[in-house]
Parts: sequence; structure tokens; C-alpha cells
Amino acid sequence: MNPVISAKNVWKLFGPDPESYLKSMTAGHSFDDIRADGYIAGVKDVSLDVSKGEMLVIMGLSGSGKSTLVRCFSRLHDITGGKIEVDGQDIMGLKEVELIELRRSKMGMVFQSFGLLPHRTVLQNVAFPLEMRGQDKHSTRDRAMEVVKLVGLEGREDYFPRELSGGQQQRVGIARSLAIEPDIWFLDEPFSALDPLIRREMQDEFLRLQAMLGKTIVFITHDFDEALRLADRIAIMKDGAVEQIDTPDKIVLNPATDYVAKFTEEVDKARVVHASVLVEDGSMGKGEPVAADATILSLARRLINDAADVIPVQMPDGNVKGMPRQAALDILLGEAK
Amino acid sequence: MTIVSDANLAVPEGGTPAMAVRRKVLIGLFGFAALLTVLRPWLPEALIRLPEAMLLPWSDWLDVGFAWVQNDLGLIHVTREIASWLGFLIDAAANVLYGKSRWPNFEAMPWSVVAGCLAVLGYWLGGWKLALLAGGTMVWTALMGQWKWAMETMSVIVVAAPVGFAVGLLIGILAWRSARFEKAMRPVLLVLQTLPFYSYLLPAVIFFKVGPTAASVATIAYSMPPMILMTIVGLKKVPPEVVEAGKMAGCSRWQMLRSVYIPSARTEILVGLNQVIMLALAMVVLTAFIGMPGLGAKLLAMMNSFKLGRSFEIGVTIVLLAVTLDRLSKAWVVKQPEHFEKGTPWWQRHILLLIGVATFVVFMVLAQVIPILNEIGRRQSLSMGSEIDVAIKGFLNLSWVKETTGFIRWFFNLWILIPTERALLYVPTAAVIAVVTGFCYALGGRRPALIGVLFFSIVAGFGWWDRAMITLHSTLTAVILAMVFGMPLAVWAARRETWSARMIFVCDTAQTFPSFIYLLPAIMLFGITPFTVILSILIYTMVPVIRYTIEGLRGVPPELTEAADMSGATRWQKLWNVQLPLAMPTIAVGLNQALIFAFFMVIIAAFIGTRDLGQEMQRTLAGTQLGKNFTLGFSVVFMALTFDIAINAWAEKRRRILGLA
Ligand SMILES: Nc1ncnc2c1ncn2[C@@H]1O[C@H](COP(=O)(O)OP(=O)(O)OP(=O)(O)O)[C@@H](O)[C@H]1O
Ligand SMILES: [Mg+2]
Repeated sequence: MNPVISAKNVWKLFGPDPESYLKSMTAGHSFDDIRADGYIAGVKDVSLDVSKGEMLVIMGLSGSGKSTLVRCFSRLHDITGGKIEVDGQDIMGLKEVELIELRRSKMGMVFQSFGLLPHRTVLQNVAFPLEMRGQDKHSTRDRAMEVVKLVGLEGREDYFPRELSGGQQQRVGIARSLAIEPDIWFLDEPFSALDPLIRREMQDEFLRLQAMLGKTIVFITHDFDEALRLADRIAIMKDGAVEQIDTPDKIVLNPATDYVAKFTEEVDKARVVHASVLVEDGSMGKGEPVAADATILSLARRLINDAADVIPVQMPDGNVKGMPRQAALDILLGEAK
Repeated sequence: MTIVSDANLAVPEGGTPAMAVRRKVLIGLFGFAALLTVLRPWLPEALIRLPEAMLLPWSDWLDVGFAWVQNDLGLIHVTREIASWLGFLIDAAANVLYGKSRWPNFEAMPWSVVAGCLAVLGYWLGGWKLALLAGGTMVWTALMGQWKWAMETMSVIVVAAPVGFAVGLLIGILAWRSARFEKAMRPVLLVLQTLPFYSYLLPAVIFFKVGPTAASVATIAYSMPPMILMTIVGLKKVPPEVVEAGKMAGCSRWQMLRSVYIPSARTEILVGLNQVIMLALAMVVLTAFIGMPGLGAKLLAMMNSFKLGRSFEIGVTIVLLAVTLDRLSKAWVVKQPEHFEKGTPWWQRHILLLIGVATFVVFMVLAQVIPILNEIGRRQSLSMGSEIDVAIKGFLNLSWVKETTGFIRWFFNLWILIPTERALLYVPTAAVIAVVTGFCYALGGRRPALIGVLFFSIVAGFGWWDRAMITLHSTLTAVILAMVFGMPLAVWAARRETWSARMIFVCDTAQTFPSFIYLLPAIMLFGITPFTVILSILIYTMVPVIRYTIEGLRGVPPELTEAADMSGATRWQKLWNVQLPLAMPTIAVGLNQALIFAFFMVIIAAFIGTRDLGQEMQRTLAGTQLGKNFTLGFSVVFMALTFDIAINAWAEKRRRILGLA
């Protein structure tokens, strides 16, 4: 299947004359070398694909270029080098009208700092993208009301942004990005200002929507738990470059670099790793097979009580394979020193 | 303590090489000036003033240029077209406001209706206080028998302010869109802001004929620059994430501007509107000089015939009008939309609109029944002009008052004004230019110094040197005196939060008064004498001096004053070593504003009788000597800009050094 978003060697440099600098730059310049020349590498040679219906989570320290990368995908930034295709179209080659059309019909974005229009009420803010594409008043209002309800702001639709709390404002931003039912959805720390309860609720709502509508989502967060709950794949960024892009299990089990290893150090691996990842060819083991998508943590009781060396796992393709108990226990309890 | 002295003294003993050069240049310039002055009796005439033969006929060239633009390029047809439109609008406003017999041929709006509706507007914008202010101003105006004059003035403002606002907004948007256009715009705006008002009036008269249309054109041109600047500032300040949100919503360029940028820049744009209104009022009062009837014309006439009582009453009206317009428009700036609870019925949402309409209808009807609510005739008015006149003149004639004012006048004239003016006129042109250049160099460095040489040489080349020096003299003396009196007052007020707040409130209010008003107290106290000119400028410029000094002193970070306290500094030491140095950049901004104000005021004061540029400019109004008017006007502009550039450069540099930028 063709990827929805495909990035090839994407560069985004900030500075006085980034294009010619990039052309003249020798290969292998590091982030610090570039900075010494007076440029900031917001995005540094990033290649990745996001396929249809996938949820890609981008993580990384503050200033690592997450927002910049997403801005490149939506062409809020013109990239300095490389190529980005959305639905097979090179977005740098789009004319202004085509770009506007693309955003009006396909893209939604939630901004890290909300970006609400201060002079519009909640409802008017949510209706804004619909209004811009010239939808008729009646259906605009109905649709806006619908998403306002969805994010739990019913009853506050006539408030102005400055009359709302940070979390409420953030939900307005989410509602606005949902109004046009985008196929591709960019979310820049969309839940950062929400309290844990609502956050959880929104995540559930999110997963539900995702299962139902199958949107393609690029999601930025600082919260690993959130990433684990939501992600199909996680990309970890540092100094503008993607250090590793992989499924959560692989990232915690096989960190590609020291940086990624450090990044995932604090994560409780038993909650991340699924049984299916640990299976090996050979012995299938005995007894009732466990589900492939069960986390090691959820299998803790079985792992401790069952004395067999190999535990059977029911794989999605119908086969049953074996998981070495010792490997699973190592993950659960930490490796013996 | 240390932070400040570091900034001051972060230089090795004896100075850096750059400082040595600087010292040499300054000694050279000032030495040259001193030498020329000392040697003056032996110098040939040609070295003292530019000889006539060397003066280029700028005025004639300009006149030829204007004539070409006016007739050959056909500008006159364009202005005729504009004039007919503006004239139509003003006539319509005049018909509604005071019953001028033009389309739409209504009767004059009864004063009570205007007062009532303005009160409701005031309430909507800012509660009871504003309602009282707005309504009260109108009641006062009517009761004093000045209704028609006030409405004549207003009929120009209600046309000029919206036009100035709209055109300013448009130009601002264009300048924001195109960096090149903005760059070209900046110097033009600077010049417009320092151009004496006669240079607005004469072209207006030539292209638009004497009367309200010319008055409105001058008013529009004069009130527009801040609108342009505020629009640019506002649009540039729109947060990037709001812009990005607009882009992601798929806005076209026009949608972006209309639905994202302009609403987000609302505050700055409305501040611009406030300034447009205030400048429009200031200018429309001055258009009395080109025969625009209204409050300004009456004030001018009364002052000319020394009717102090009537002048005083009209002055009060103008001040009240200014404060009302200012407060109403400022209240609009800060008024934020608020939501209504769900299910609020329509009439409740629009309650004030309904009350406004009701007020209109009720007073309309009442005015038909009770004539006094419709119009207050001269006989019925409560004006006490002659009584006040007698009172003021009686007071001024009290022997001790007379002696005091007489003494002050004598002292300043004899010991300060006359000697310094003579001295300035005695100094050879080249010496003055050298001193100014040295001053600019000391303050701002090379660029301001070069600008100083250039600009003052141009002034010399225009051929109005002696008059320019008299103008410069009045300006500088008044500003220096304003600092001598204003700074201690400000330093005193800055010691306490409450006093500062009160003082700044007074200054802010005073700053909204049209400049013309400031002549009034000076004339009342000292009659029509040269000292009056200085005094009126002095009062006018004291406002920014005090305001910015307080602001600068209050803005000093408390850690620093506390550090000074802890190192055992006395109040004086603290003031000298910590507060004033840190406040200096802000004070400099105030000083700069004071100078610009002074240059503006000195020209207005010319009608009292001076021998400076202003007097000559006033004479050009009678004819069509546009070239002469402009050479005179630009003499003022170039002098003012020299100081403006030097002082700003200094303030900027200081701010950088102190890490306040
Ligand atoms: N418009 C810009 N001009 C110059 N530099 C920029 C610009 N936008 C971002 N940068 C720089 O690019 C780098 C990456 O910024 P970015 O906003 O993408 O970080 P981030 O990963 O989203 O951080 P956070 O988690 O704090 O949101 C930073 O060093 C930032 O200073
Ligand atoms: Mg970010």
C-alpha cells in the first residue's frame, strides 16, 4: 500500500540563507557543526513513511524538532531540502490554491499553543475551517456543535477563549481540527494541558475514533505512557534527526542508539512488550496459549506459576508459537545481575 | 550598584582608542565653533551667514514643481473630485449636526438627543462614569451656548476621523505586506510627524479652497501617520500559531486578512483609531487659521480680542470634548466581548441598543414640545463670559499678582530669553552647525553626526537662518526649562506609587488636549508677550518630560534599588547612581517627544507675534506661496529630525548597554 505521508531526506534549516548553505554543506556535518555556522537544524535528514490508518507518535526532548517536522508535513514550513509526498503529491510543488484545497479537505492540525482566534467564541472557532471553505451556515453550525459536544464543551459554546481554562482551550483546538473530518491529522501535544481524567477520556475517544474512521495520525507527545497506549510506531528525535522509528516493543527491547536507550530507561518494559515479540521458532510449549497482544505484565501470574520453559502464544495468523519463559521473566523482573 | 557602575565604567583607565578618537573629534568640533565665534568681529560677512548669492532659489523651484504636478499632471482634477466627495460628506454631517441646509435636509439634531445617546454609548463602553462624562460634556456645551460651534467642529471630525482611519489602515496593511513599501514609508511618516501644521494647511487650501473641505483634508493627512504605524505594529504582532491555525483552516489570502489578522490586531488598530480621533481634534481646532468655523475659530477670535472669559469657556469645552473622545475610544479598545448565558432573550442581549433607540425617540419628541431641549439660544445660555473676564482681569490687576507676573516676565525676558537669543543669533552659521554636529556625535555617534551636518546645512541653504535660530531658541529654552521644572517634580512623584499614578493620570489626560489649548493659560497670565510663547511651550512640553521621567524611575527593577539600600546609599546617592542612570533611556524618549512637541507648539504660538519661522509661515497662508511655505516647514522638519535621530540613537545605545532592550 502506498504511504499517505512519505518523507525523503527532509531538511529544514533556520538561518539567513538556508538553501545555499545546505547545497554547499559537506556531508556528515553534525548538528553542532551546523550551529557553529549560524544555522539551526530544525529537521535534519529525516526519511520516514506513514501508512494509511497508522498512528505515528513522535517523541523527543524539547527543541528536538518535533513540531518543526510536523509543520513541514503540513507545509507550514517550506522545507530546505528533500521531498515530502502526501497522497503521492509532492507538497512543495503545490500551487497556493491546491495547498488551500488540500488543507480544507484533508488535513487537520492541533497546535501546541492552541492558536485560537481570540475574537471568536468557542463555536465560531470550531466552525472557522468550515466557514473558510464556504460551507452553508446551517450545516456548519450543526457540525461545529457536534464536535464541541464530542470534546465535552457543550454549554460553553458561546464563551470566548480567554474565558476558558487552558485545558478547555486545548479541547477547542482539538474540536476545530476535527470539524472538517480530516483524513490526515496532526496533533502537537494535544493533551498536554488536560487533567489526567480528561486526558484518559480523550485518549479513549481517540482510539475509538481511530478504530472507527481509520485516520492517519501524526501525534507528538512527551508522555511515554500516552505514546504506548496510542502508537502503532514511535519515532524518537534528537537534534532534528530521527534516531529510531519502530514499534514500541522494538524500541524498548532493541534501542538503536544510546540516546534511545536512555530515553526508554525509565519505562517499565513489562507493560510495553507483547508476548508475540518474544516468540521463537522451535518448541511450542504446552497448555492454554496466551494471546499475542498480551503484555508481559498481564501474564505475570502465569509466568511465575507455570514452571514450563516455553509458554505457547496464539499468533494472529492462527499458528501457535512458543515464548521462552526466562526471557519473559527477565523483562518482568529485570535481568539478573 | 555594581551593575550600574559596571555599565558606566567598563572601560580601562584612559579610555579605549575609539574613545580617544571620539574625544579628538569633539574637541575639534567644539573648538572650531568657539574659534569662529570669538573671531566673529574680524570675519568677513560671508563666513558669518551664507551670502544671499549662494542661496539656491528652493522656493521658486518648489513652486514650479507644484505647479507642474497641479496643472500638467492634473492633480488638481483629482483633488477636485476628492473635494466634491468630502464636501458632500461634510455637508451631510453638517446638516444632521447643526442643520446646514444641504442633503439630507433634516433639521438640526436637538442637543438633548445627542447628549442622551452619547451618554448611553458611554455607559455601554465604560459604565456610569463615562456616561456622565459624555452626557455632561454635551450638556455643558449646550448650556454655554456653544452648541453650534462645537457641532461645526464635530462635523469635520466625524468625516475626517473615519476617512483617516480607513486610509491609514489600508496604507498600514500595504506597508505590512511589502517590506520595501514599509521602508519607503518610514521616513515619510517621520517627516509627516514633525511637519509644522501650516505646511498641512496651505496645500490643503491651495488644492481644496478655504473651508471645511480643506480643513478635513489637512485633518486627515495630519491624523493618519499613527494609524499607519499602529496597523503595522498590530499586524506584525499577531501570534504565529494563530496565523498557522488560519493557514491550516485553508484560508485564502483575503480570508486570512479579514478573519485572522485584522481581528487579532484589534487592540492596536483601535489604539490607532484613538490617536486618529485625538489628532483630528487637535488639527481641526487649528484649521481656524484657514477659516474653518467652529470652536477653534471662536477661541482664536476671543484670544485675539483678549476676551479671557469667553476664551476660558471655549477652552473648557474643547478640553472636555477631548477627554470625552479619548476616554470613549480608549474604553472601546479595552472592551472585550463577553458571552451571554444560554437562552438569554434577544431584547436582553441588546438591551443597551434598545435603550439607546428609546433615548433617541424620547428626546426627539421632548425636544419638539420643550424648545429648550432642542436649542439653547444665546440669550438663554448660562455663559458667564463677561463675568469671568472681569474676574480674571481683576485678579491679574491685583497689585501683588501684577508685580509677580511682571517680575517673572522681566526676569525671564531680561536675564534668560533676550541674552540667549542674541547670543544664538550672534554665532556664525558654521559654528552652530559644528556645535549641533558635535552634540549629535556625542550622543549617537557618526551617523547622527553626519545627519546633523547635512540637515542643518540644508536649513542654512533654505535661507531662513535667523528665523530658524529664533525658532530653535524658543524650542530649546522651553524644553530646558520644562526639564528644570518638570524633572524634580517627577522625581518627587516617583517616590510613591500613589503620587506616580496620579501624576501619570494627569499627564495622560493633559496629553489629549489639543495643543492650541496650552496657549490659553499662558496668555491669561502674561498677555501677549514673547514670554507667553515660551511659557505655553513650557507647559505643553512638561507633560511628556514628567510622564516619562516617572515611568523611567518607576521602571527601575526593585532588586537594584534594594541592592543600593543594602549598600547603605542615601536617597540622593541612590537617585544619582542607580535610578537616574537606569531611567535615562526612558527619560530620553520623553525629552525627544518634548522637543517634537515644542517644535510643533512654537509654530502655533507664532500668532502671538514672534519673528521666527512660524510668523513667516503664517504669512504664506494669505497667498499661494507653497514653495516658501515648504522651505519654511522643512526648516523645522530638518531641525526636529536631527534631534530626534540623535536622541533616539543615544537611548537605543544606552538601553543595549544597560541590557534593557
Ligand atoms: N521559526 C523558527 N526560526 C528559527 N528557529 C526555529 C524556528 N522554529 C523552530 N526553531 C528551532 O528549531 C528547533 C526545534 O524546534 P521545535 O519547535 O520543533 O521543537 P520541539 O521538539 O517541538 O520542542 P517542544 O517539545 O518544546 O515543543 C529549536 O531549536 C528551535 O529553536
Ligand atoms: Mg513543539
